[in-house]
Amino acid sequence: MLLLTAGVFSLLHKLDRGRFLHTGTQTPQTIAAHLDNPAPVESPRAISRTSESDPAKHGEQQEGQHYNIPHQDLKTVFPHGLPPRFVMQVKTFNEACLMVRKPALELLHYLKNTNFAHPAVRYILYGEKGTGKTLSLCHVVHFCAKQDWLILHVPDAHRWVKNCRDLLQSTYNKQRLDQPLEASTWLKNFRTSNERFLSQIKVQEKYVWNKRESTEKGSPLGDVVEQGITRVRNATDAVGIVLKELRRQSSCGIFHLLVAVDGVNALWGRTTLKREDKSPIAPEELAFIYNLRKMVKNDWILFNTHICTKLGQTGSLFKPRTAYMPQELLGEEGFNALDPFIPILVSNYNPKEFQSCIQYYLENNWLQHEKAHTEGGMKELLFLSNANPGQLERLCAYL
Amino acid sequence: MAAPCVFCGPAIASRFFLGGRVTLAQGQGIWKPAAAELQAGTRSQILRLKHLTVVKTKKNVAASRPEKYTVDFIKKQIEEFNIGKRHLANMMGEDPETFTQEDIDRAIVYLFPSGLFEKQARPSMKHPDYIFPKQSAIQWGEDGRPFHFLFYTGKQSYYSLMHEAYGKFLDAEKRQNQLQAKDLQMEKTKTKDPIVSRWLIKEELEGMLAEKLSDRDYTRFIQLVERFSTLQCGAAEEEFLRRFRRSVTIQSKKQLTERLQYDEQGRAFSTSEGKRKSAKAEVVVYEHGNGKIKVNGVDHLLYFPVTQDREQLMFPFHFLDRLGKHDVNCTVSGGGRSAQAGAIRLATARALCSFVTEDEVEWMRQAGLLTTDPRVRERKKPGQEGARRKFTWKKR
Repeated sequence: MLLLTAGVFSLLHKLDRGRFLHTGTQTPQTIAAHLDNPAPVESPRAISRTSESDPAKHGEQQEGQHYNIPHQDLKTVFPHGLPPRFVMQVKTFNEACLMVRKPALELLHYLKNTNFAHPAVRYILYGEKGTGKTLSLCHVVHFCAKQDWLILHVPDAHRWVKNCRDLLQSTYNKQRLDQPLEASTWLKNFRTSNERFLSQIKVQEKYVWNKRESTEKGSPLGDVVEQGITRVRNATDAVGIVLKELRRQSSCGIFHLLVAVDGVNALWGRTTLKREDKSPIAPEELAFIYNLRKMVKNDWILFNTHICTKLGQTGSLFKPRTAYMPQELLGEEGFNALDPFIPILVSNYNPKEFQSCIQYYLENNWLQHEKAHTEGGMKELLFLSNANPGQLERLCAYL
Repeated sequence: MAAPCVFCGPAIASRFFLGGRVTLAQGQGIWKPAAAELQAGTRSQILRLKHLTVVKTKKNVAASRPEKYTVDFIKKQIEEFNIGKRHLANMMGEDPETFTQEDIDRAIVYLFPSGLFEKQARPSMKHPDYIFPKQSAIQWGEDGRPFHFLFYTGKQSYYSLMHEAYGKFLDAEKRQNQLQAKDLQMEKTKTKDPIVSRWLIKEELEGMLAEKLSDRDYTRFIQLVERFSTLQCGAAEEEFLRRFRRSVTIQSKKQLTERLQYDEQGRAFSTSEGKRKSAKAEVVVYEHGNGKIKVNGVDHLLYFPVTQDREQLMFPFHFLDRLGKHDVNCTVSGGGRSAQAGAIRLATARALCSFVTEDEVEWMRQAGLLTTDPRVRERKKPGQEGARRKFTWKKR
């Protein structure tokens, strides 16, 4: 089901299909803080954990093994990116461990070998529910953070098209609507993850917020972000400005940009939001979504960037539970907008990864049943969860 | 005045009885109202005669004592039944000589189709032995003296049986003592049936004796017969005791095992069906698989998102320790999610019988994997809100 057009095909040929890096799965893989040798030793510890905590060095050897994310990185890189169940697991085990898996390894490989002279390539991670797409994306984000890229991480685009309390009419464009709360939260997280860039990048235009406040040309981007955070009313506009500036300046070569959008099918789906007169709102009427769409578009302006997106059925609105293909979830419009892209399928665990996950749980004393150690117990778990990481996690979870 | 006769009918119709529980004799020919009074009046005088059924002066008076039929009456009923059977065979165009009870039933269902739900309320034609309850015939002679010497105990057949059994028991004991005294004991060869047998239960004994028994009577009888059977006794006594034993059928022999079939690649597979509530499932289990299950073309994880349903699917395999060894392909329809899971479980258990030894089939049967769950949704009754729930009770 790979829908590659001719243009992307040529790109593919240039990319070197060498080693594959696998990113972590969505299951709260146990956090392994061991510092064992990653050499292939037959002890169970080596099966489930590896000491390489730099994603750049992950290769095929580490496939199926968990690597540790240090706590510092966790705070800076992932203020808002991890799925909630994983966050709970991190808190329980007191360490953050992701499993290195094939799809993520593949994606990292592509990222390492891109030619930045060409415009941005788009990657879409897709797969059935609970197979580990979000954590794969987080693995990629961690890698890029380590490589000192600027990360534009949208944790869940679905959060902006539903359950929004206050919608204001946009100050910039009367037909669009603002979402002040979500925008200000996002700006805060953006600031946490990209502190050092905010002072380096300079704004190239003058922006007038209201009668009293304005941002001069040449002032650092951090100012805009501050403005957005303090003046909540203008937060969405601040976000729009940030996105615009980043698009413009990515080609200069000062920084590499990673646009990671989770739940990209929300940008082209439907919303559950309504105006006061109960008429439904289309996504493009939300300023946030509108700007994001521009970001993800494959214009020839955008260089030195990568756009990694992920489809999600979990938060999606008005889509059947079994839909997981890009065409089903994105719809006509979205598909055309994102086309051409490189799809990466994330599937269930293979037996080795499954073993590794169970080992990890056992090491952390998470599985308390007497039969959990035995062959029979593992077979039962395999059957019941069908090697689906999400299901396995739910099975092993507390009550 | 004489009550209107409710039971008159033509002679032929008298052979057909509604249900098997009729206790009142109807086939006495044409009943004349005038004769009722005559009968009632002369009852006391004809007491010594073998009299017929109790005369009913009023319509709804319950009989004061149970109806008694004479032996002649029963014989006449049997003759009429046989004649009617031959007539019926002629009507249906079949051979009267070889007309069995099943044929009679089929003919009646064909000639008198009934839409009644209660099976026993439909028309039927059965041998008088089934229709008239087994009662003892009239027990006394013309002079009023009862025939049996134990008549006045009230339960003459029971006490006579006990008397006879005890007599035989004493004889057997005496013989055994004699043999012991002469040191000619024979080894007591216990020839128990290989198939397990049991004593009669109380209802069966009551049926045999045509009398009501109390629990104590039954217990005493069983004690006597048990003691008797421990003694060494000859062939006649064994025969006597065997009358009171019934064999117990072994359930597991009834389980049908499917044959294994082989597909093009030589892989063995077996098919079977299962039902639960209103869900029907048909399952094909392949050998040498890796534990994949496909339901209606979809993976079982997607089809049954609830863990409980997947546990039901897992149960047969887990029980036989064959978790990752078979591939399953099934189609299911009807019912809800839980019913469908139960139906698939039953079907897989039945299909697995053909891959597995007889012992394991017996264990599965005892675990309840091979039994269709008979629970169905109970009907809602009028005057109630649901099957059991009544309407809210209001005091006023």
